[in-house]
Amino acid sequence: MDLNLTPGEVAFRDEFRAWLEANVPKDWAEWREKPLEESFPYLRAWQRKLQEGGWAAVSWPKEYGGRGATLMQQAIFWEEMARLEAPPMANALGLGLIGPTIIAYGTDAQKKRFIPKILSAQEIWCQGFSEPNAGSDLAALQTEARRDNGYYVVNGQKVWTSYGWVGDWCELVVRTDPTVPKHKGLTVLLVDMKSPGVEVRPLRQMTGESEFNEIFFRDVRVAVENLLGKVNDGWNVAVSTLMHERGAYGARLIPIFKRNINRLIELSRKIQRHGQPAAQDPVLRQKLAQCYAEVEIMRLNQLRAFSRITATGAPGPEGSIQKLFWSELNQRLQQLAQEMLGPYGQLLASDPRAVDQGLWSYGYLRSRGNTIEAGTSEIQRNIIGHFVLGLPRSY
Amino acid sequence: MQFGLNESQEFLRDSARKFFAAECPIAEVRRLMETDTAFDADLWSKLSEQGYTGIIFPEEFGGVGLGIVELVLLMEEAGRALLPGPFFSTVVFAGSLLDSLATKEQRRKYLAPICRGEARSTVAFCEPQGSWDLADVHLTATNGKLNGEKLFVPDAAVADWILVAARNGVFLVDSKAPGIGIERMHGMDLTRRLYSVQFEGTPAEKLGEIAGLARPRAIATVALAAEMVGGMQRTLDITVEYAKTRKQFGKPIGMFQAVQHQCADMYLETESARSAVYYAAWALQHNAPDAAAAVSIAKLYLSDASRSVGNRGIQVHGGMGFTWESDLHLYYRRAKASETALGDATFHRERLARLTIDARAVSAEKA
Repeated sequence: MDLNLTPGEVAFRDEFRAWLEANVPKDWAEWREKPLEESFPYLRAWQRKLQEGGWAAVSWPKEYGGRGATLMQQAIFWEEMARLEAPPMANALGLGLIGPTIIAYGTDAQKKRFIPKILSAQEIWCQGFSEPNAGSDLAALQTEARRDNGYYVVNGQKVWTSYGWVGDWCELVVRTDPTVPKHKGLTVLLVDMKSPGVEVRPLRQMTGESEFNEIFFRDVRVAVENLLGKVNDGWNVAVSTLMHERGAYGARLIPIFKRNINRLIELSRKIQRHGQPAAQDPVLRQKLAQCYAEVEIMRLNQLRAFSRITATGAPGPEGSIQKLFWSELNQRLQQLAQEMLGPYGQLLASDPRAVDQGLWSYGYLRSRGNTIEAGTSEIQRNIIGHFVLGLPRSY
Repeated sequence: MQFGLNESQEFLRDSARKFFAAECPIAEVRRLMETDTAFDADLWSKLSEQGYTGIIFPEEFGGVGLGIVELVLLMEEAGRALLPGPFFSTVVFAGSLLDSLATKEQRRKYLAPICRGEARSTVAFCEPQGSWDLADVHLTATNGKLNGEKLFVPDAAVADWILVAARNGVFLVDSKAPGIGIERMHGMDLTRRLYSVQFEGTPAEKLGEIAGLARPRAIATVALAAEMVGGMQRTLDITVEYAKTRKQFGKPIGMFQAVQHQCADMYLETESARSAVYYAAWALQHNAPDAAAAVSIAKLYLSDASRSVGNRGIQVHGGMGFTWESDLHLYYRRAKASETALGDATFHRERLARLTIDARAVSAEKA
């Protein structure tokens, strides 16, 4: 056990920190509150800049334009991004989830065709997994693909697709064999979103935004060379993507959670309760300390998981533990913010009296989705029960 | 950065697990809890043969010279086995106190016999108001004599020396000294006895200033938390095994999500507790700037989580979990005693609040 950064980790941090200090755009503050549709070209340009510096996909192998960064270096990467308040990258899913899946399962031709444009944000990727009747039970999905000579013909509907509205390509899970047990008849296709028959509709969520889309596929023709992995092996390909979703994502959230709890502590010194700062209210002090402790434990759990993955060589169910922990913690943290702010907590960004430009009212509403997206808390508990503890499958 | 155990740490953990499985099976725990003091001289000499009684102390006093991370691994295994008797009070608390506070001569006189397994000791801190706050210590030594009362002193009846926190220093009292009265308090935990200790003009030898209590107390807190992790892990293991074998409605109950999700939460709490304890041990060992906060984070989390795991474990067992025959209540009792010892969750949240909220600037950066 050695929790100091190694010389290699320090060098990585210092190099990236210096690069960020020189390159984070100075006008980001003017853009950050704008709707994503407006700021998207800006985020593409920022990703290209990172790519030119060799920083767009540090976790990827060097031969694909990454740095072969260790998990710890990836954690350092996100910590530095948060520390300097750098803008997010445009192609988040391409870089974080779909690129690694293509690197793992793609043909040489596919890697050559898709990887460079994921890195440069020339092609934005989205993920076609969930359907109206296949949420937690993902393997029950019904979007079908029939083989027709050199093509698959796709019909069906996907839902909860992030970046659907701006996506150029989609990692799409389809059913290619309805006659076998549900996990065994699935296949992953890489679909050009500009193909005839693809229709994208916005899905407005309870925050008022449209982060997600519904996508309809009507007789969409996909060339067989865009099959990812083997026919009817799509479940394994999709699970590989989901593991990335649950695993590395926690590391990105830690610096954000740290910032939020520290911001709440700062606020508690200013907000008055019973004639004294909220920071001196014994009940709020208890709650702030509890929240502070849990954020720290989230960080420690992540570091321990990284060490375990590095030792065993494969991401395992650790991701489920992190997902369960951070999603429920964020809801508690946001509720604590509401409790501290009192009636001000509800004020939206559009109200001039809103605290921190409406950050907390938005955070409260948005956190409600955390225990649902990327696998509900119930599904994460099933995964822990079955795959970690060895209890019999409940469904 | 590497948060896993190295080979020698894994070896220590594995050999401790084997040692306790062989020498301290649950039947032995049950036998000892029916005795007067829950202390067994044979088991004690076996602990010292392993070097456990000197694990973190310098070799010049007969110790093994290992670090706090190693201590924590040993305590986790002791907690898993529900080791009865004065190991925590003697080695972890009194030993650390002597090691960090006493003069070389005093250490030769008192710490060395502890390392050799020849003597036992304990720490008397709480007074009648039951507070773990240093500000609530009122007992004062006058002319080298103590008058007053300490409560909740673990294993005092088998201790050769009682180390007493007083306003004007930490003092060592011989348990056979004149004017000392030791009486059993009847606590929930049957495997670790608590006593009240009365002093009436009892002669006391000064070890050092009261401020010197901070570090040994931090070591004791993190080691106690580690012992709690071991208890949680054992409760989880027993419960998962039961959920796999107990059948109702024709199925193993572990197949029902209501049961499975309780087990998943027990696992999450146990793993999170372990992360908090290992980090606190490392931070203390290396004097990291956030070591004090890390110790409180570990104890506040453990105090709540060990109770929660105990509750869930018994709930999953149904009526069986409520029987005397089930081992779960033995862990449940220990968890409650450990929850309050050295400060409960509320106490450590307030301590953490002082370190974070009241500090001028809160830094997001960690060591």
